[in-house]
Amino acid sequence: MELLYAVFVGPLRDILGHPRFFVEVLSGGVAAGLMYSLVALGFVLIFKASGVFNFAQGVMVLFAALTLVGLMERGVPVVLALVFTAAVMVALAFAIERLVLRPLVNQERIVLFMATIGLTFFLEGFGEMLWGSNVKRLDVGIPDESFTVAGVLLNTLELTAALTAAALVAVLAVFFHGTRVGRALRAVADDHEAALSIGIPLKTIWVIVWSVAGIVGIVAGIMWGAKSGVQFSLSLIALKALPVLILGGFTSVPGAIVGGLIIGVGEKVGEVYWGPLVGGAIENWFAYVLALVFLLFRPQGLFGERIIERV
Amino acid sequence: MAGDGRPLLEVERVSVRFGELVALSAVSLEIGRGEILAIIGPNGAGKTTLINVISGFYHPQEGRIRFDGTDRTSLRPPDIAALGIARTFQNVALFKGMTVLDNIMTGRLLKMKGSFLLDALWVGPARRQELEHRAFVERLVDFLEIEAIRKTPAGRLPYGLQKRVELARALAAEPQLLLLDEPMAGMNVEEKEDMCRFILDVNGEFGTTIALVEHDMGVVMDICDRVVVLDYGRKIADGPPDQVQADPAVMDAYLGVYSEGGSAPLPNLPPGEDCAGGAGARMKAGESSR
Amino acid sequence: MIYRLAGQYKTTYASDQAIFPIVQDRVVVILALLAAFVVPPLLADEYWLQAILIPLLVYSLAAMGLNLLTGYAGQLSLGTGGFMAVGAYAAFKLTTAWPGLNILVVFLLAGLVAAGVGLLFGIPSLRIKGFYLAVATLAAQFFLVWLFNKVGWFVNYAPSGTITAPPRTVLGVMVTGPEATAGARYVVALAVVTVLGLAAKNLARGRVGRSWMAIRDRDIAAEIIGVRPLRTKLLAFGISSFYCGVAGAELVFLYLGSAETLAFDVSLSFLVLFMVIIGGLGSILGSWLGAAFIVLVPIFLTNAPGLVGLDLPVALQKHIELMVFGGLIIFFLIVEPHGLARLWQITKEKLRLWPFPH
Repeated sequence: MELLYAVFVGPLRDILGHPRFFVEVLSGGVAAGLMYSLVALGFVLIFKASGVFNFAQGVMVLFAALTLVGLMERGVPVVLALVFTAAVMVALAFAIERLVLRPLVNQERIVLFMATIGLTFFLEGFGEMLWGSNVKRLDVGIPDESFTVAGVLLNTLELTAALTAAALVAVLAVFFHGTRVGRALRAVADDHEAALSIGIPLKTIWVIVWSVAGIVGIVAGIMWGAKSGVQFSLSLIALKALPVLILGGFTSVPGAIVGGLIIGVGEKVGEVYWGPLVGGAIENWFAYVLALVFLLFRPQGLFGERIIERV
Repeated sequence: MAGDGRPLLEVERVSVRFGELVALSAVSLEIGRGEILAIIGPNGAGKTTLINVISGFYHPQEGRIRFDGTDRTSLRPPDIAALGIARTFQNVALFKGMTVLDNIMTGRLLKMKGSFLLDALWVGPARRQELEHRAFVERLVDFLEIEAIRKTPAGRLPYGLQKRVELARALAAEPQLLLLDEPMAGMNVEEKEDMCRFILDVNGEFGTTIALVEHDMGVVMDICDRVVVLDYGRKIADGPPDQVQADPAVMDAYLGVYSEGGSAPLPNLPPGEDCAGGAGARMKAGESSR
Repeated sequence: MIYRLAGQYKTTYASDQAIFPIVQDRVVVILALLAAFVVPPLLADEYWLQAILIPLLVYSLAAMGLNLLTGYAGQLSLGTGGFMAVGAYAAFKLTTAWPGLNILVVFLLAGLVAAGVGLLFGIPSLRIKGFYLAVATLAAQFFLVWLFNKVGWFVNYAPSGTITAPPRTVLGVMVTGPEATAGARYVVALAVVTVLGLAAKNLARGRVGRSWMAIRDRDIAAEIIGVRPLRTKLLAFGISSFYCGVAGAELVFLYLGSAETLAFDVSLSFLVLFMVIIGGLGSILGSWLGAAFIVLVPIFLTNAPGLVGLDLPVALQKHIELMVFGGLIIFFLIVEPHGLARLWQITKEKLRLWPFPH
């Protein structure tokens, strides 16, 4: 009886009793969620366009952030550093296409997935070798101030992240559905061989996609880095992005956003209100268990396409 | 060999819909014991859907399926397999990572009992069972003349041989009813002759009832006892090959569309020829093909 | 010339289905096994045993477990670390609660506990497939590690949060705990791996292995020929977790001596996955080769620069290790997606023909 009370009634009373605090927790959750979404966006792009599940997305975020910070530390002005980092990510995309994707072009998806895991290790070592592995501060001039609106505490950095994410989604949605290149990308995601056979230039498409994902990675890196410093744990975000993808579906851009929000809010609310019941640190596994439960009822996620098995 | 006694399989007014699309509409048919039945029809008529319903992969929205007298409509595929229905697939569904021998051995899985603990020790009953089944599978390998490719991974075989291995796998289960979905698709004349011979042998020696979906009219005319014609999900003819051949509704459905198998349009087809150089017709007349 | 098969005819199916059908193979393996039991404990020094051979044996057991699940049954799992943790903590609780229980029995029971947990987390596998299943196994990984961290009962309320292997003997010889010699620990690990390895091979080449591979290759067709998916997948999860559980117990009791949850975190799951990929999915031999590779490469990388006269700072070495690791994985996937086991097979085939090209 006491247990039921503690689990169901207690937290709800807390929530309802302190609405302003709840809204703050929510906004914190939204902010975290948006961060996840930004990373997940990169995943979705690559998966949508090449059918590759890019485990290295998190490391690409880290790598982008490391490069940016490294340049800025050496006195390069912000804008120039951004441009240069973008160029680096594009070069990286070329290299990945040439050395990893092309040799594995018709292998099964699991093989490509494992190759991206290998890529993760490689980029991690490479990035840290180039720029060092201690934590760095990342400041691109986005103000990080808190202010209150109607008694609720908000943060400019988080708002910027939200707006950026929204803008990115809009641009990407238009890109995929409104342009020829976007359509070609969707064809490639469906079936490499078929796409090749109707003349879609696979190599170019892949370079484009991985570059775009890299640039999305830069944005994500900036947001994360400004918030919590640029460090190795950034690459662990890749793992957290997986439940986001589960919820949102692997191929849906809006899904990545919604999924990220659900996970971010769910985690925060769970940790603050239910965490104390079990000793805290629920955040370590909450997202995954949520994804698991979700999968049991809807194996293709909220926005994903229904998996139809043909005989 | 015509059917005797009650039919082995009865399909009663089965309808299958996928959302708006009607794949099968109130289809009824019977397959007698020991018969070789052909299911033909233009593309999209619902032939594979019918096979899928019989093998339990789809469940019909309406209608019943009776196997050996008892209602089996709602069973799932593993249970249907346990009853003695085996099938092959239109796009060969072999286990590409395993050798031919292992693939055929999987067909024996239903007959293999045992605890995994004994398997792990590889002693006693587990070992004996493995060897017994291996012996049975080897007989099948001889029967279908695929000795040379026993240890080849299935994924590396040419298409025609893959189809033969798939037939072996289906036969390994010692089924009462064998469903073949386009077993001759993509084969050349020699391969088709071999396949016809095997099908007739299976029917003759083991008494297996066979239903095959087929496009090649020569094959159908030659080896089948009865033909069922589907068009747009409905059955439009059912009877012995010559009768169906002359049916105006069937000719209507096929008019001008038919091109596979290389034979002439139905009405001009000389009886008893084409498949296996008439060997089929001769077999029917009581000669042995071996 | 050296590897002639001429004259070796198989006259019974039994001989054809033997694990080592070729006489030369059989002889070599038996000799090698005998040598393995006798030579290292007597001749090898502490370093070799402790840093190379024992971890090799422990990891190859874990790799075998994961290979059965992912390589044979096709169920991608990133929860290996979690299942190993279950085995380790279960062994700890069992042996501290019943100190008189033979440590080998403890390992066995710990494995069974891990198998139970594995079955539980395997239930979703009927609905969830492929990458999605990998994410579900991550739920197991993170949850289990969190559980062992949070609940003090698992470490017998030790303030340090670690579990330590208490001294235990087998046949009068001390095999765990601070006084156990590396040689004794090595022999126990080798014995366990030999027995369980044989069992794994038997499972893989028989009825169970075939039903797993059928599910892996084409699960719909498998169902239609009569394989029951849930039962088959659960068996895979259960047996795999058993192996991983025993490996986890060995990790603490025979290798590290003591451990905390950090030893079982998600990076261990990935490490074992690499062993399986590099060694070869769907191959028992591959599990060994992959484990050997993963154990030896860092040692090689640590010592190689010194051998060549280069003196690299530790941090740089770590970075290079990561790069080489990642690079090698990609390299292997490109060159031979079926791993070292396949390379070995190809080598043997070439040896048979040597000096002829084909």
